[in-house]
Amino acid sequence: MGPQHPSTHGVFRMDIVLDGERVVGLKPVFGYLHRNHEKIGEGTSYLGSMPYTDRLDYFCSLTNNWAYALAVEKLAGLEVPERAQYIRLITAELTRLQNHACLGGFLLQDMGASGTPLMYAFRQREQILDLFESLTGSRMMCNYMRFGGCRCDLPPGWAGQAARVADEFPRFLDEFEALLNENEILLSRTQGVGVLPRDLAVNAGVTGPMLRASGVNYDLRKADPYGIYDRFSFRIPLGEHGDVYDRYRVRVLEMRESVKLLQQALRDLPQGPVIDPKAKLRGFRPKPGEAYARIEAPKGELGFYLISDGSPNPWRYRVRAPSLINLTVLEDLCRGHHVADVVVILGSVDIVLGEVDR
Amino acid sequence: MLGQGIIKGLAETARNFVGSYFKPERLVTVQYPEERLPPFEAARNFPFLVYDQNDTQQRLRCVACQICEKECPPQCIYIVKDTLKTPDYIGKPQFQPKTFDIDISVCMSCQICVEVCPFDAIKMDVAYELSTSDRFGQLLLHKEQLARSNQYYQKIHPAEAAEIDARLAAEKAKAQAKAEAQLKAKATALPGATATD
Repeated sequence: MGPQHPSTHGVFRMDIVLDGERVVGLKPVFGYLHRNHEKIGEGTSYLGSMPYTDRLDYFCSLTNNWAYALAVEKLAGLEVPERAQYIRLITAELTRLQNHACLGGFLLQDMGASGTPLMYAFRQREQILDLFESLTGSRMMCNYMRFGGCRCDLPPGWAGQAARVADEFPRFLDEFEALLNENEILLSRTQGVGVLPRDLAVNAGVTGPMLRASGVNYDLRKADPYGIYDRFSFRIPLGEHGDVYDRYRVRVLEMRESVKLLQQALRDLPQGPVIDPKAKLRGFRPKPGEAYARIEAPKGELGFYLISDGSPNPWRYRVRAPSLINLTVLEDLCRGHHVADVVVILGSVDIVLGEVDR
Repeated sequence: MLGQGIIKGLAETARNFVGSYFKPERLVTVQYPEERLPPFEAARNFPFLVYDQNDTQQRLRCVACQICEKECPPQCIYIVKDTLKTPDYIGKPQFQPKTFDIDISVCMSCQICVEVCPFDAIKMDVAYELSTSDRFGQLLLHKEQLARSNQYYQKIHPAEAAEIDARLAAEKAKAQAKAEAQLKAKATALPGATATD
């Protein structure tokens, strides 16, 4: 199946062994989109890698920026000003909203609900992308964060508009849930399909909404708070069964929590500089050493590992991509199900091939 | 009852469909080639080079320092320095680029060249619909195609341009004041110098 199959969310191939309609074995084959991301990172300057991180998980460029900026800040010992911390959190939560909204749409598209849920999700996503464009200049390839802060301050009126988008979002979620939650077709296609047992999820290193849908309470925003997440009150939604339906529900509930976070952050947004005055753009050479920084990206734990030898480019640049690691359990999820369920299960894993292949 | 959930969902779809006739905020689509949304102030697409509008020779602000060429992540800028120095906006002799090419088929619109430029010479354009049938000839832009007037820059990024213009004007005034002071100092120091000789 694949690599040009419309349901594989990119160029991704699965070697499936079938017994009639039942899947008995599945081997994911990837690398079609491999473009030497890590090696390029070793060849360009620290700043030069920032726009490349946008292209990892191209739905969530701002969280990728944040993870990379955190790693370099750890390496170089830079402080992030208060206002920049708030802006980072706001943009990251907006990213989470649009990623999960899209994923809901794509998942339903994979199930055959052609268009309606996806278009409702895209209508909402468009508002968030407009916010990104007016702030960073680009809808998807934002390239916004810098070591020690953010590139530029919020344009006038941006915070008010973001607050409006956040306030309107629950209405969209109500609509989305009324449309889908009790839909019998959705229930029969997703409940009990692709069950990920809790111990397998932990052993395979699965993170993000997939892990939480299996009932494991592990969210880096709570478990290892980075940025200023420890100042806000929000809850971590957990699933019970670990099936496709739980993964969908966990994401919807997570969006509601993100809205809460956004409302709190936009209320408390302080004034001040957005970048550490010590941070310099050119000729940036951190001291020799190593750093690993991780954040809770919408798809799971995204980590950057950097080794510096004191030169302008990193000696080693490594990405821990959540999509790739979440994909390793695909065979266990699919075994025993129909071919048509493979499509739905893959959709619920939430992969972006830009990040899987790097 | 089986099918209740589906009916509930269909009611939602119907509400959206009927609502789109009465509520303008439900109509979010823009009929693109006929209707166009205005670009955002911060929008960026591909870089261009700025020259000042009152300059009759259309002198680029670029001094061919090659910082952008070095910092560009996908390495899509190619610069050759001119051998001759000519006076810039404050009268200081500076190099000009003899060749300044940007391969916009490689450029990834990351804006790093704009950020590292110490002379405010390279800025991001907002023009789109740049497709062409000639991949090698039309997508490699030369100095002449990249040059845009400062007026154009003021039009597409008004707030940013106003700030830069104010800064450049202040620098120019400072340089002029300094030159005048030097001239005066020379004039007063000259007789003294001859006396010690």
